[in-house]
Amino acid sequence: MNILRTKLLAGATLALLAAATAQANEVNVYTYREAQLIQPLLDAFTKDTGIKTNVVAASSGLEQRIRAEGANSPADVLLTVDIGRLQEAVDLGITQPVKSAVLEKAIPAQYRDPNGHWFGISMRARVVYASKERVKQDAITYEELADPKWKGKICIRSGQHIYNNALFAAYIAKHGEAKAEEWLRGLKANLAQKPSGGDRETARDVAAGKCDLGIGNTYYWALMNDKEADKKAWADATRVILPTFQGGGTHVNLSGVVLAKNAPNKANAIKLMEWLAGDKAQHLYADVNYEYPVLNGIPINKTITGYGNLKPDAMPVSKVAEKKKAAATLVDKVGFDN
Amino acid sequence: MTSLSGPSLDGPALRGAVRLWPARKLTALAVVLAIAGLVAAPLISLIKIALIGDAEIAGHLAAYVLPVALTQTALLLIGVAVISSLLGAGTAWIVTTFQFPGRNTLLWLLPLPLAIPTYIGAYIYADILDTAGPVQSALRAIFGWRSPADYWFPPIRSLGGAIFIMGIVLYPYTYLAARAMFQTQHRAFVDAARTLGARPFAVARQITVPLARPALAVGIALTSLETLNDIGASEYLGVQTLTLTVFTTWLNRGSLPGAAQISLIMLAAVAALIALERYGRRGQAYDTPVHGRGPAPRIPLHGRGARLAVVLCCIPVALGFVIPALFLLRQVVMRGLLVGFDPALFRHTLTTIAFAATATVSVIVLGLAATVALRLARHPAVAGCVNFAAIGYAVPGTVLALGLLAPLVGVDEIINWFTAVFAGKTVGLVVAGSGIAVVVAYTIRFLAIAIGFLQAGYSRISTDFDDMARILGARPAAMVRTIHLPLVRPAIWGAALLVFIDCLKELPATLLLRPMNVETLSTYIYQYATRGNFEQGALAALMIVAVGILPIIWIVRYADFAQVPRDRPG
Repeated sequence: MNILRTKLLAGATLALLAAATAQANEVNVYTYREAQLIQPLLDAFTKDTGIKTNVVAASSGLEQRIRAEGANSPADVLLTVDIGRLQEAVDLGITQPVKSAVLEKAIPAQYRDPNGHWFGISMRARVVYASKERVKQDAITYEELADPKWKGKICIRSGQHIYNNALFAAYIAKHGEAKAEEWLRGLKANLAQKPSGGDRETARDVAAGKCDLGIGNTYYWALMNDKEADKKAWADATRVILPTFQGGGTHVNLSGVVLAKNAPNKANAIKLMEWLAGDKAQHLYADVNYEYPVLNGIPINKTITGYGNLKPDAMPVSKVAEKKKAAATLVDKVGFDN
Repeated sequence: MTSLSGPSLDGPALRGAVRLWPARKLTALAVVLAIAGLVAAPLISLIKIALIGDAEIAGHLAAYVLPVALTQTALLLIGVAVISSLLGAGTAWIVTTFQFPGRNTLLWLLPLPLAIPTYIGAYIYADILDTAGPVQSALRAIFGWRSPADYWFPPIRSLGGAIFIMGIVLYPYTYLAARAMFQTQHRAFVDAARTLGARPFAVARQITVPLARPALAVGIALTSLETLNDIGASEYLGVQTLTLTVFTTWLNRGSLPGAAQISLIMLAAVAALIALERYGRRGQAYDTPVHGRGPAPRIPLHGRGARLAVVLCCIPVALGFVIPALFLLRQVVMRGLLVGFDPALFRHTLTTIAFAATATVSVIVLGLAATVALRLARHPAVAGCVNFAAIGYAVPGTVLALGLLAPLVGVDEIINWFTAVFAGKTVGLVVAGSGIAVVVAYTIRFLAIAIGFLQAGYSRISTDFDDMARILGARPAAMVRTIHLPLVRPAIWGAALLVFIDCLKELPATLLLRPMNVETLSTYIYQYATRGNFEQGALAALMIVAVGILPIIWIVRYADFAQVPRDRPG
């Protein structure tokens, strides 16, 4: 057994040595976005540029992996979701700034780091899935979600999930911690059940009559409505309301990209970043992933425009990132998930 | 003949019965030190992270997070342990004590829930039992209820739901451990009791189960550690476990040191519990007499008794395997996953098998080396190292992977230094960036299974055998080969099966450590699950079942028919 094992390991090592030393026209992508979402984009990129892409997709810890790998890290870019995570990658020191006229022209200043460490690529909004049958109003504010009139009528996933974390962080950034705490306690008191499940389950619970309002991301509803026949009934029973902050806009979060500090294929990596902010990729983000493109002039998917006209909140997203930790501790303090 | 009060592995009488030359003892110590060192590597880097400290977060966690997390985790562990040991030890006892029609089929059906990843079980049961699911919809239709407010139904997304789901998919750990033990239990005890007129239940209560305590302890420990490792199911079902707290502390509360501290405290608690259990059975022996006539024959059941046995054994199989598998099959058909077969799945299946098989061999070899070293050189230092080597299982997969990053890259840096000096070029991350990282993580994580099973197996072999072998002049290697290995073979196969299937479904460490462009079946399912669309991965989930089922059937047949000549009349 020992001999077999040694042989196996030796064989694997040799193969890997060969792979590691082969230099190719490629770019290495570490991603928190799922492979199935990102692969069509990367395939199109390879087709356009001839640059091969290598991918590793995970749910957490990629920043730590890049940091541990250090100077030998093969990572060229990190694709991630959530502004808080983009900022953390920068804070961990695993990024390097990019100076690119193409990126600066394509991406509005609000959605990229002034120092060029991170760039937003697509957007999603955190919205309300309302019961068609039981909710008559067409507009709602985030503040109103804490109104006792919704007592026992709201469903939401864990308060520690990054989507909710960013929404709560935005609330803190808008109103301050004391007001946010009061609001979060009100929202908690309005919940029909303990936070659990995901955004689709939230829609399912609204459809089943467990609650009247659910909190979810824009693209889940569209996917259920357009692509997932078995979940169409949940979309049919609900409609999306784009909530706004009082006197503000709708809370949006970003998916984005950073250039890794020790990127071995830096030129290719920047090409990929620029390509992702370009026409073709932005169309794919809009139509395949049901996200809002960051590039102006790209048509938003019809199902998504059916929600109404998105007016993203004007507050810079970097302010949201700053309150990430405060939001997490507030969730603990009010026992939101208990 | 050895008895419960006689000389034993733990008793002083035989300490030193196997006298070794100091050099052999040193070799044993070196072997277990090397194995313990491998397990220590990620823990040391976790300790380094924890020592950075975060006083601010500690106070916050103590005030708001830990009280809830501790309570929920304790309740979850107790609940899962109770359900899984009732189902696992209960069915193991039935199939080893009785002979009834359908038993041979049940033998390989009973371990099958192993192949259902816990979080997949959670998604499936939430789908079936939630408000919008078929069960409640049917109830509403039957009773004319119009909304969920009109009736009460136990919420599946709850602590109770988590206990139920984890209990029914994790019971095979106890089942396999208990069965390996029941199977090799000596008939002398059972015969004596039966001769004295004891009924099967009394025999079970007073003899079989107490004698199986080491195996039950291993089974319950493995189940509990699987429960502790879970993150997907608890998050989905809304249970605030300590493991979930580790993640939210790291990712949301922004404190990796705080997260490392919680992990290490959990680890210490687990180590303490295991030590407590061992202390509880100190001075007791569970070994088999040298002279004997093999295991007791099974009692034939007919009529109502046989039907009851079949029904009792079918319940856990139905809940833990048949229902989830049918659900997945239905998704495969509904979604046309076979028609639109993703050819990449073939490659992912081969990758998964390669990782799992390599890791299984590595785990069994190291586990056997550690157990044999301990047997040959009974010394507290060796025992300490072996116990320590089993601790990797108590570290959640992602945390283990995080801890492994630095040591793996450290090895790479040494390799690169050598190649730079002697070959004039560097080779990059040949360890951290390759499948080796995954195999190392699996090995550290699942070593506990091999060590647990093998120690339980060895505890059944009387040291009288060793004495005789020594008197007859056998060298240790010959003794291990000709006496120990045949006797612990069921334990080896049991451990190999568990490790292999655990590797097939391992997710968190694989996700973080796998090389670029490599997917396993688990990571393939995960990319859908994380988007809330796990049904799209149903075919891959069934492939895990298919890959897992063959070794289960083979090993069950092998262990049952080839190893133990049970049905020979005594």
